[in-house]
Amino acid sequence: MVEDRRLGDAIAYVILSIGVLIVAFPVWLTFVASTWDNPTIINGQLPLWPGPHFFDNYYRILFVGTSGTTREPVAGMMLNSFIMAMAIAVGKIFISVLSAYAIVYYRFPFRMAAFWIIFLTLMLPVEVRIFPTFKVVSDLRMLDTYQGLAVPLIASATGTLLFRQFFMTIPDELLEASKIDGAGPFKFFKDTVIPLSMTTIAALFVIQFIYGWNQYLWPLLVTTRDSMQTIVIGIKKMIVTSDALTEWQLAMATAMLAMLPPVLVVIAMQRLFVKGLVETEK
Amino acid sequence: MQKNASFKGLTIPLLLLLPQLAITVVFFYWPASQAVWQSFLLQDAFGTSTEFVWFENYQLLFTDPGYLKAFWNTAIFSTFVCVLSLSIALLFAVMADRQIRGAEVYKTLLIWPYAVAPAIAGVLWIFMFDPSLGMLARGLGRLGIAWNPRLNGNDAMTLVILAATWKQISYNFLFFLAGLQSIPKSVIEAAVIDGARPWRRFWTIVFPLLSPTTFFLLVVNIVYVFFDTFGIIDTVTGGGPSGHTETLVYKVYSDGKGGSNLGGSAAQSVVLLIMVIGMTAIQFRFIERRVNY
Repeated sequence: MVEDRRLGDAIAYVILSIGVLIVAFPVWLTFVASTWDNPTIINGQLPLWPGPHFFDNYYRILFVGTSGTTREPVAGMMLNSFIMAMAIAVGKIFISVLSAYAIVYYRFPFRMAAFWIIFLTLMLPVEVRIFPTFKVVSDLRMLDTYQGLAVPLIASATGTLLFRQFFMTIPDELLEASKIDGAGPFKFFKDTVIPLSMTTIAALFVIQFIYGWNQYLWPLLVTTRDSMQTIVIGIKKMIVTSDALTEWQLAMATAMLAMLPPVLVVIAMQRLFVKGLVETEK
Repeated sequence: MQKNASFKGLTIPLLLLLPQLAITVVFFYWPASQAVWQSFLLQDAFGTSTEFVWFENYQLLFTDPGYLKAFWNTAIFSTFVCVLSLSIALLFAVMADRQIRGAEVYKTLLIWPYAVAPAIAGVLWIFMFDPSLGMLARGLGRLGIAWNPRLNGNDAMTLVILAATWKQISYNFLFFLAGLQSIPKSVIEAAVIDGARPWRRFWTIVFPLLSPTTFFLLVVNIVYVFFDTFGIIDTVTGGGPSGHTETLVYKVYSDGKGGSNLGGSAAQSVVLLIMVIGMTAIQFRFIERRVNY
């Protein structure tokens, strides 16, 4: 372009740096707090740099637990969160690949009906049917189980719609060619459709893993035993309104540990993450 | 929608659909229909008998000052979070769209809060703004600004708005950036040649071309504020002080939790359901239009 860009670029650097600061500051402060001891925090004398208690705090919260509020060590909670997130991500991919394949590649009665039944669930977030769903799960004796945590959250239209959209872009010639080669629907699915869908599957996996890990309201209702709670639930129980009881250094270490896996996933798989985010929302 | 050279049969496609349909019926349609049904029932105080009361629960709801307040809270909350997070994200996206060195690094550094759970975002913000130990709350105190989100409803609302905005900027930023990058450079260059200054170029060319993205984000953000912010509110204020940060979803939860007012909670769910359907319908009409152009 023809005009002088230096001033504009300088402004851009300043604004973006301020943006990064705003975004990062709360997390930095949390990290700092997780490396000091509780009296320093409670007295409001927390500095802006890390302290000497990093290893004590993280060891204690991971394997021992807090002393007052919730006694479970966080390692177990992270395992629960991980199982839940994996079950939601894998389960959703599994059921939606199958249903999308049926809807796109088969001609059968009720096809449109099936599509609409799935499609309409786009409009039913778990929050609007929270207590009746809770009752179903409790009648099925699925409270305090991994199935109860994951299964109600794996059925939704987003995955099916995403795969449907992707399957529509697979050229018909591939299907015709594999039919000529004598491949049936299962062989075509296994040898052609799935290999072509790997990027879409990975992108959906990234988004669903984050979604599953970050769930709050649903695990709050479905888990009653401390040993089943997820890390996002666990932290809420550590922060008591009367400050004296809260072991802030441990709560903040828990917050760091709760953020770590999904944030790492976003940073390590940024391309897939962006693809998944942009495409599931279409 | 359908492939030309498709397979035929009934058993196999139904088997393929079975897992999803079964889960959908058991965990979506059945509970949703239960919510609708319960919203027409009234339970007596001991839970021993229920009576079909038509729309009485809805009447009670819309004359309940607590519920109207939750409506008002949700409106304030959504407006502030949408306006703040959209405009801040747009500013960052426009800056990151310039061909500056390190733009990709900035992008990475700005998008990761998407991965932070709303409940954890709430914890980060209450830690900074806790009236007794929060670093920023103390800073406000030194400046002589009275601040106590535990007691003051406006302070509490400000805090949940800040936390919710902080969390949503990354999402909006990503979509705005994608939108900006899809605007053909030739259009901008034509405007440069015509002598339009950056400010004017933005408002007369870039912003109008971004409007599909903006509109899409507006709907998504409203849905975000309605539902996903539950975790933020629960960790930051718990709906308090005295209901000042109780949103519609939070009230469904807090009214239904004890199980004493199932009909009222169900009626609230149905109201939310209708609002979500409305928003989804708007969004789909708009997407249809975008596809046609």
